[in-house]
Amino acid sequence: MNREPTRPPDRVGAVIAAPEMPEIMPEFSPRAGVIGFLRRNPKIAVGGTILLLLLFCAVFAGFLGTVDPGAIAPSRRARPPSPEHWFGTDMIGRDLYSRVVYGTRVSLFVGFSVALVASFTGLAIGLVAGFLKWVDGPVMRVMDGLMSIPPILLAVALMALTRGSVGNVVIAIAIADVPRVCRLVRSSVLSLRELPFIEGAVTAGSSTPRIILRHVLPNALAPLTVQATYICASAMITEAILSFIGAGSPPDIPSWGNIMAEGRVLWQVKPFIIAFPAVSLSITVLAVNLLGDGLRDLLDPRSATKA
Amino acid sequence: MYGYIARRILSTIPVVLIVGVIVFSLLFVAPGDPAAIIAGDQASPADVERIRRTLGLDQSFLVQFGHWFGRVMVGDLGTSIFSGKPVTELIALRFGPTVSLMLVTLTFSVLVAVPLGVLAAARRGTWVDSAVMVMAVLGFSLPVFVVGYLVTYIFALQLHAFPVQGYKPLDEGVGPWLHGLVLPALSLGGVYIALIARVTRAAMLEVLGQDYIRTARAKGLGLGRVLFLHALKNASVPVVTSIGLGLALLIGGAVVTESVFAIPGVGRLTVDAILQRDYPVIQGVVLVFSFVYVGINLMLDLVYTLLDPRIAY
Repeated sequence: MNREPTRPPDRVGAVIAAPEMPEIMPEFSPRAGVIGFLRRNPKIAVGGTILLLLLFCAVFAGFLGTVDPGAIAPSRRARPPSPEHWFGTDMIGRDLYSRVVYGTRVSLFVGFSVALVASFTGLAIGLVAGFLKWVDGPVMRVMDGLMSIPPILLAVALMALTRGSVGNVVIAIAIADVPRVCRLVRSSVLSLRELPFIEGAVTAGSSTPRIILRHVLPNALAPLTVQATYICASAMITEAILSFIGAGSPPDIPSWGNIMAEGRVLWQVKPFIIAFPAVSLSITVLAVNLLGDGLRDLLDPRSATKA
Repeated sequence: MYGYIARRILSTIPVVLIVGVIVFSLLFVAPGDPAAIIAGDQASPADVERIRRTLGLDQSFLVQFGHWFGRVMVGDLGTSIFSGKPVTELIALRFGPTVSLMLVTLTFSVLVAVPLGVLAAARRGTWVDSAVMVMAVLGFSLPVFVVGYLVTYIFALQLHAFPVQGYKPLDEGVGPWLHGLVLPALSLGGVYIALIARVTRAAMLEVLGQDYIRTARAKGLGLGRVLFLHALKNASVPVVTSIGLGLALLIGGAVVTESVFAIPGVGRLTVDAILQRDYPVIQGVVLVFSFVYVGINLMLDLVYTLLDPRIAY
């Protein structure tokens, strides 16, 4: 126990030289093991565990006592929770438990996909903008313009122009997040490119693409990972909001936003129809945010001392 | 100083122009035929053609954009496909409730979040700090409509303290107006409070470590005075920035809040327009709110020069 420092070793020199460049996983040593790591990072442990459970629900949705989430039974409309229907039934008699469990798939898929799409697009644009001066100006002005449009409204406008599908929802949400990723990556690159090791690579005759991919990219990844987690969380909320106001996933897909939208009419008398997807969504987003906070503390020791 | 203000105002012109280009290009970059999608599945070819002409999709991009942007600059946002009324008029009719909702939420959120952030920083590492941080995580994680239904269930359906939904215009008195906006503001403010409280706390922590804070305390100034006058003033720039940037969250959230609480504002107009696939209305709303957002952030940037005169140099 006493061999293990509770805080990462003091790296004053490194922090002053490159505040954007924390050492990746400074506390992870093979001897400490996974358990020790999780104990020292409770946010990652809690958020990660909940997320793994949800992922399990999403993957094995068909084997968790669910029935067809689209099966209509008009004779059993808006029943309260019972041993037969754990979460009750909705206005057209569909089993709410099954719908909520299948809804996990939509939420996780949208969250992860948006985080991936926005990160990769923003990363590519940010790397290029940070390194090539003549690209920087025009590209960043377009990004400023995109950032001036409130994200949900941008997604609404895009969804109004396309046929509703989960894939289109992912793209509509991701577009609003690209400029934010792009700015983050660009600022990492701008501070990195002034550092001696990049200068060294230039002197050694490395080509620009090689410098970007081999030297700059790995060092810009840490802050991006944290950002991607937050994007995932907010994308899940945005998907639910879009579905809720009728601009999201098609109505036949059991997404949590859709279930809530359908439950709105009856909500004053049958609040459980909205409550189950609402609680599921909140827990999921909370888990992802916790994971993000944990990663931030881990990857940026400066914020860990603050938080 | 005046040079800075002039430069800052001029620098918003390209942003406004680019926002215009982006909003207009959405029609052209959307996959498939937007006119056919907006017209719906039962539309006749003539309908599709009419919509194509209304949206300006029948001519080249540059020609149409020139026409369109020229009209936007004089306040003409086109006409609604569904009602045939000018979009500007439709938005103007619905602006009051939305502005009321946002103003009340903004005031309420700042009044709650800033003291919370200051308190958390002053009591760093104690249970007060942890409680504020837990609230912030919850604020970020609970979607607007979830909070909305929760507070309505508790305060309206169970306690009957506030109306379940509806909106009273300001003409009917400040009391009823404010009374109807309490629950909507409470649900819309969640994320905003979380954001401002977090930024305030981080900015305060930075300032509280400074020598002049210790000096102020050492010469016998009270804690409250030091925190709110000396420290908060120096921590105010990031706080004001977060208030401005967070407005984007408020604008997006207002759309949902208005549909949960049946407030007849611009958000409600947007939701109706989505259901009717009334694209000119959606386009107009996106454009107006983006301009409002850019404008408010410009004003806040100018406020910085009052808070921290060094910025202007």
